[in-house]
Amino acid sequence: MALFSAFALGLILFGVLAGPLIWRVPINEIDFAAKLQGPSWAHPLGTDDLGQDLLSRLIYGGRISIAVGFAAMVVAIFFGVLVGAVAGMSSGRVDAALMWVTDLFLSLPQLPLLLLVIYLFREPVKGVMGVEGGAFVLIVAVIGGTRWMSAARLVRAQFLSLREKEFVEAARALGASRLRQVMQHILPNALGPVIVVATIDVAAAIIAESTLSFLGLGFPSDVPTWGSVLRDAKDYLDIAPHWALFPGSLIFITVLAINFIGDGLRDALDPRRVL
Amino acid sequence: MQVDRVSRQYVIRKLLIMIPSLLGISIVLFALLALAPGDPFDELATNPAVPPEVRAALRAKFGLDDPIWMRYWHWLIALLQGDWGFSFVSRMDVSTLILQRLPVTLVVIGASQILAILIAIPVGVLAATRPYSLFDQIANTFAFIGFSLPTFFTGLVLILIFSIQLDWLPFVYRADIAATGWAFYWEHIKQSIMPVTVLGLFQGAALVRFVRSSVLDVIRLDYVTTARSKGIGERKVITRHVVRTALIPVVTLVALQMPIVFSGAIVTEQIFRVPGIGSLLITSMLSNDTPVVMGVTFVSACLVVIFNLIADILYGWLDPRIAFR
Repeated sequence: MALFSAFALGLILFGVLAGPLIWRVPINEIDFAAKLQGPSWAHPLGTDDLGQDLLSRLIYGGRISIAVGFAAMVVAIFFGVLVGAVAGMSSGRVDAALMWVTDLFLSLPQLPLLLLVIYLFREPVKGVMGVEGGAFVLIVAVIGGTRWMSAARLVRAQFLSLREKEFVEAARALGASRLRQVMQHILPNALGPVIVVATIDVAAAIIAESTLSFLGLGFPSDVPTWGSVLRDAKDYLDIAPHWALFPGSLIFITVLAINFIGDGLRDALDPRRVL
Repeated sequence: MQVDRVSRQYVIRKLLIMIPSLLGISIVLFALLALAPGDPFDELATNPAVPPEVRAALRAKFGLDDPIWMRYWHWLIALLQGDWGFSFVSRMDVSTLILQRLPVTLVVIGASQILAILIAIPVGVLAATRPYSLFDQIANTFAFIGFSLPTFFTGLVLILIFSIQLDWLPFVYRADIAATGWAFYWEHIKQSIMPVTVLGLFQGAALVRFVRSSVLDVIRLDYVTTARSKGIGERKVITRHVVRTALIPVVTLVALQMPIVFSGAIVTEQIFRVPGIGSLLITSMLSNDTPVVMGVTFVSACLVVIFNLIADILYGWLDPRIAFR
């Protein structure tokens, strides 16, 4: 199942990366004569209410959605590993304080918080970095900033058990500095479960981005992402169902494939949890 | 009773632990608000009819020049006194507005959690008693599909099938149904089916896997073997001995998943136009109604903390191994 998913995900990745080279219809070519059409040879996935070609919009949107997913995962894992490593290495007060903050963030309702940050900071960031770049940076930052907690707890737990192991003690006895102990000995051994969490985080971040765009608080409508195409489509469900079904299925297939890959990785990396 | 007194202490201690988390949440919210650029008196600055001295006097009156901790203190006191500000758009108090919308959200979330539990427990237990059987694999695959399907897509597909193709269910949730008696309830149930199903299936899918692994952890314990060797029927062993223990962590998970349920509720309310606090949040964001936005965010954060508290208390009550320390 994981291999099949990897294949499906590879296909989607190849499609969105190489797609623009093969399918050269611009994303914003308006053609009212061809609006709201179902799939045809001229428009393999049909058109939207302005007669724009859905295939090229979805290829473009896929690039953004998947890029947001990976970038947000990198942010989340970076913070998670940092907080987890610091908490795991330092016991006592620092550890307790960091874990309190982690628990606090875990008990915050994620989507309202995401929406609130974007609502408050959307305009100024847009002013600094432009519409598309600003939205990208802001969305990646907030999704990453609200998803680091599970990685942090995981890394801390790993560190707490690994740092007492003999090989770390041996490194310590040989006079390895704290930083060297962490970077050379503990972190590489703690990475297995982190990779699994990172995989699943990509899927969650893609869903989060699509949700934000779907609610109208992510990327603006003129920047097509899978979520924003879906949002535009939802008012035309009765006359143009294809418009909503294609982006929705793409999100679903991508997320499902990534989740299956994560599950496969979990089985592969941690044989104890097979049952 | 000794136990009663001890457990009351446990509850009180949990309540006291709740206070710092609520304070932490309020600090996070206030920090966001204070860090966000934009001055409420910006509009006056560009208005030539308002002289700068008046603006300065207004700023001083509303305490905008005070140090930040003092502003936080005033904000917190106002929040505690129930003075949550005034909605610019709806022309009413934020607290009244939220109280109007809250019950609908709670009913939808509650019903969908019940649906999720009703699906997850039987399916998860059955899958765990026959690990790696055909049923287990099918259940596992469906669980994966269930929580990989984003709620906004499931909602749209359900609307497409049941409202547009089959025309069975209404896709706009209405609060002003004109019928009375049974017809009134029937209409309400009919329009709640789709939002509740969307949320319930999503939650149920995540729970199934958890119930399964929890039951698998318990089913191999010695006391289950003992029960079997006493000659108790398999069915009774599962229902009376295994499930009761296995469900303890599930209770905690149900409560800990409340933040996710809230996220789902915001989306479903938006799709089906359910007049709950989720759709209130989105509409006030799109119309720049900051007091309502802050109020709704704080209320949802409080609800999550309260559900965590309920989980803790239930956990202590269900599992006697957790001493009421």
